[in-house]
Amino acid sequence: MATKRKIISEDAIDIAKKQGSLRYQLSKNKISYVMLAPYFILFFFFTILPVFMSIVFSFTDFNVLEMPEFVGWKNYIRLLLEDDIFMVSLKNTLLFAVITGPISYILCLLFAWIINEFKGKLRAFLTLIFYAPSISGNAYVVWNLILTGDRYGYLNGLLLKYEFINEAILWMKTAKYVLPVLIVVQLWLSLGTGFLAFIAGLQTVDKSLYEAAAIDGVKNRWQELWFVTLPAMKPQLMFGAVMQITQSFAVADISINLAGNPSVNYAGATVVTHLLDYGSTRFEMGYASAIATILFLLMVGTNKLVQRMLRRVGE
Amino acid sequence: MRKKVIVDYSDRKWVPFWKRAKQTKLNRSKAGNGLLFGVMFICGIFMALPLIMIVNNTLKPLDELFQYPPKIFVRNPTLENFTDLFVLMSDSWVPFSRYIINTIIITVGGIIGHVLVASLAAYPIAKHKFPGRNLLFSMVVLSMMFSWTVTQIPQYLVISWLKINNNYLALILPAWSFGMGLYLMKQFMEQLPDSLMESAKIDGAGEFRVFWTIVMPNVKPAWLTLAIFQFQQMWGNTGGAFLRDEELKPLQYSLQQIVQGGAVRAGAGAAVTFVIAAVPITFFLIAQSNIMETMTTSGMKE
Repeated sequence: MATKRKIISEDAIDIAKKQGSLRYQLSKNKISYVMLAPYFILFFFFTILPVFMSIVFSFTDFNVLEMPEFVGWKNYIRLLLEDDIFMVSLKNTLLFAVITGPISYILCLLFAWIINEFKGKLRAFLTLIFYAPSISGNAYVVWNLILTGDRYGYLNGLLLKYEFINEAILWMKTAKYVLPVLIVVQLWLSLGTGFLAFIAGLQTVDKSLYEAAAIDGVKNRWQELWFVTLPAMKPQLMFGAVMQITQSFAVADISINLAGNPSVNYAGATVVTHLLDYGSTRFEMGYASAIATILFLLMVGTNKLVQRMLRRVGE
Repeated sequence: MRKKVIVDYSDRKWVPFWKRAKQTKLNRSKAGNGLLFGVMFICGIFMALPLIMIVNNTLKPLDELFQYPPKIFVRNPTLENFTDLFVLMSDSWVPFSRYIINTIIITVGGIIGHVLVASLAAYPIAKHKFPGRNLLFSMVVLSMMFSWTVTQIPQYLVISWLKINNNYLALILPAWSFGMGLYLMKQFMEQLPDSLMESAKIDGAGEFRVFWTIVMPNVKPAWLTLAIFQFQQMWGNTGGAFLRDEELKPLQYSLQQIVQGGAVRAGAGAAVTFVIAAVPITFFLIAQSNIMETMTTSGMKE
């Protein structure tokens, strides 16, 4: 051993050290960093910095006009112990996430899987039908017509006609209907980017895998899905999960446009509507930042957890 | 004289589709087909119905819009609602063309900048090895795990500090660093064979030249996808607190003002809803095959 070590010359060690050093690496890859710079400078200013600012402001009292004043955990204590509406909105957001998250994820997968059985123009058409709601902007206000509280509403009209109900229901003014209805509308809107990723992912699964599986004794399409398709498209499953989870925690616009803000008994309040309330109406930026920070932790935490679970699929 | 080509079709017998599936695919039972396509059909109607309503409402004359009992399908289709919309547009406070120009400036500026900046950053992350590469990429992935609402307030402050408040740039610049664009572009570039770039480098091309003449032409589906997704993001933006002046507001803002006019403007409102939905759907339709190609590489490996 000792003799071997002597063979390596001092020069070689110097070169190795130099190559390992940060400065050498930086100068060698200068061109890469130049290419990265424009994107990441903007990314820093509009994403990274705001996240840190939000965390810092959450410990202050801040109304934009005056300098922020440090108040410690006060905002969080007020949020968790004194703010009843926050508790309602947190409960609603978690309900949204727990219900629409997994259901929309499974629907994305199910529809993508069925669409994959079709070919050519028909497949493209079906993809469009299912994907269109998620990109049609705030055209979901058309649901207002369906849910109108008098006899002129489509849903009331239908239910009255077949005598399921005797008088028109004020869908968006009755606390117990608000959340379920919003969940249905959210599901309608939720076949987005993750859904496209699933359709594309299904097409990349190697066809010979299915033949091999059939020889190995896979008997029907359900077994095929579980044992062949899902493990083969795991990367897409992870991507789709991120899309659906983030979306399911961010519900706000549909609640504001369909149920109003504030909604009846805060039945449609979510963490984001609460955040908008304090951030853009009351200008209590410190408090709003505390809400934003909690939401950030919820979203990232759930994503990380689900990623860890999905990594185990097929192992 | 044209030569007669005789094609023998006799062996290509027409097979009904329910039998066809069985011939070409393994493990597909008829009952399963029936069940799944039934589910698909019902859900398809549920998905399509609101969209069908949007289309029908734009064509309904006013009396049909307020008809009882409400009907989904239009009986006497008319383009009155669009004429109403044009009348409202023409006597808006700011000339209506102004809103359209604003939207064009904001979306085109946002899209071109985003595609360029994100592709330029995606290339080294996909194809070069340098310290910090994984860190930078995982930050971008992390940014996809929360929605922009979380950073809205500080983002507003940053925009005021940069003095681009009440300026098109307040909407354009943040859009350039949209995380999913870089993610999709990097994933797509990764599958380009290294040999493609090697041979150009041997011929003496610099990295920027390789990027512009070799990489970019080969990732056309990806940048079309980025453009469409970016458009979807920007189309719904009303300018909010970022653009205060009426002359700077985008089309979406003025359209929503019209909808808020209430029952008097129900006809024009229906036309607005149609326009809001139809534009992004049309763009998706045009680029659909390219988007699907890009999404095949969207998976998260890790």
